[in-house]
Amino acid sequence: MILPQHKLEGGRKQVYHMKAILEIQDLHVSYRSSGSGLCPALTGVSFGLMPGEIMGVLGESGSGKSTLAGSLVRLLPANARITRGAVQFEGTDLLRANADELRQIRSRRISLIFQEPSTMRVGEQVRQVLAAHDSLGKGALNEQTRQVFDQVFPEEADRISHSYPHQLSGGQRQRVLIAQAIACGPSVVIADEPTASLDPTTQMEILGVFRNLREKLGLAMIFITHNPALLCGFADRVLVLYAGKVAECGSAETVLASPRHPYTKALFHSIPTVFDRPGNTRKTKLPAILGDSARSLPIRGCPFEPRCTERMDTCKEREPRRVNLSASHTVSCFKYES
Amino acid sequence: MKVEATIGKNMQPLLRVENLVKRYAKRSLAGTPEEFLALDGVSFTVFPGTTLAVVGESGSGKSTLAACLACLESPTAGSIWFEGREIAKLEERASRQIRPQIQLIFQDPASSLNPRWSVMEVLAEPLILQRKFTREEIDRRISSLLERVGLSPDIVERSPTELSGGQRQRLAIARALALEPKLLILDEALSALDCSVQAQIANLLVELQGSLGMTYLFITHDLAMAAHLADEIAVMDRGRIVEQGQAQKILKQPEQETTRQLLAAVPRLTLAPPLLEQ
Repeated sequence: MILPQHKLEGGRKQVYHMKAILEIQDLHVSYRSSGSGLCPALTGVSFGLMPGEIMGVLGESGSGKSTLAGSLVRLLPANARITRGAVQFEGTDLLRANADELRQIRSRRISLIFQEPSTMRVGEQVRQVLAAHDSLGKGALNEQTRQVFDQVFPEEADRISHSYPHQLSGGQRQRVLIAQAIACGPSVVIADEPTASLDPTTQMEILGVFRNLREKLGLAMIFITHNPALLCGFADRVLVLYAGKVAECGSAETVLASPRHPYTKALFHSIPTVFDRPGNTRKTKLPAILGDSARSLPIRGCPFEPRCTERMDTCKEREPRRVNLSASHTVSCFKYES
Repeated sequence: MKVEATIGKNMQPLLRVENLVKRYAKRSLAGTPEEFLALDGVSFTVFPGTTLAVVGESGSGKSTLAACLACLESPTAGSIWFEGREIAKLEERASRQIRPQIQLIFQDPASSLNPRWSVMEVLAEPLILQRKFTREEIDRRISSLLERVGLSPDIVERSPTELSGGQRQRLAIARALALEPKLLILDEALSALDCSVQAQIANLLVELQGSLGMTYLFITHDLAMAAHLADEIAVMDRGRIVEQGQAQKILKQPEQETTRQLLAAVPRLTLAPPLLEQ
């Protein structure tokens, strides 16, 4: 469904005259745990993904970032409950779609990049994705598989497609997973920490592959990571998740260069910057965020309050509203409420 | 070798590695025996109380080096000297005295800590194996270890699986410190943690170096963290150290192409000036 403009969140409608391809509205997800009832993982997450846009979702463990990825394609653990919200995609609310509708959408329209390939020859893995979703003859299937491999391994598509995963490097395996994800020509790809286990040189290479696919195929992407530096020069927009809530959201330049939420600021400060700050002598202490996100969640008020260095009395009492700092930059913090 | 000005000229190195070679036998696809040279003549020296960072891409031989130093692998050739004694040539009995002094911390504390044990058992094991402490002494040491790494004493009954990633890595550090080692080998010990937790653990490492005079061999592919923690950086490529020197110098004037490539690949958060001044 194409959403009418007035349904889009706050300020974004002034900036983006395009229509969101994927619209997440007030998403609430909880996990049922033995004994303690429902444990919230995502609370009121809303954002829209524009066609061809790379949305960087920044969050640490326990922020709900993997739950977000799983909710969008409805692949969540059995004890997860989506309690509220909608995910609008091409006229369907994914949260209310039945199994058949979901099968039509997964891989073909929205696909998820997994962390590790299975143990079959990698060409066969991509073939099976194609065979499961499109009814192609044998010849067409092989041809299609080759074309997909050409996209991610321009030089050695043939050799790689006959290899087993253990014969490939980490970077090559990651490319195979990308090949699986793009095989059926989706318009949205969701990647959950796709480069976390790779070394920096290979990480850069994989980000290059993603950018290239965006240019060539117009893919929109939700790129989930805990490392803000990876989003620099890669993402178009950045959404910061803290304890299942959106702390801050805006264009990548704005959020990465001048973050406003105390959590985003503190997170960026905790990264060693010996390169950029020549005066920063080594072995000085890094300004770490004190405490532990999962273990210090308050019952009410702002979730970051116990660890926040800029907290005020109000922060304990109620939750901050989302404030529009500019047409494209929102932050949930009392410092900016007036 | 150049050493920090704070170290006396006649100080003995804690660790001296000379021409270390590790060869693995493997078979090619056709089945013919082949050799893989994981370490190809590695030499370096580490002085007490300092940090040497070993950086390089995956497959450059960093972890093989760690395994050889921790006596988990035996090198094909070359020698490792710890406090002036050659490790490989020691008798069983002497080697039992040396080995506790070199401890290894791995990337993933979730898989290096026994999930069926309590925190108490994890910390008590190395002390019990030494057979020289009484029960009271073990208890006392455990509570001082927990305090040292910033863990609350309330968690002793819990299993490592009930701890957060940062708490687990603190526990792994506490276990490594239990036998009062002189050298800690940190093999990608921060890489699996969230950024804010990395900063906490990095601070803990700096603190322990200050209070206990620990020596670290910090193995990582994160050059930014290496530069933050290390006195010296050694850059590895295909089993060799291609460049080694003071951390600041390697960062500012890299001489080798490998180093320049590694530096160029570090993802950086380029912050606007106003934020830097805060």
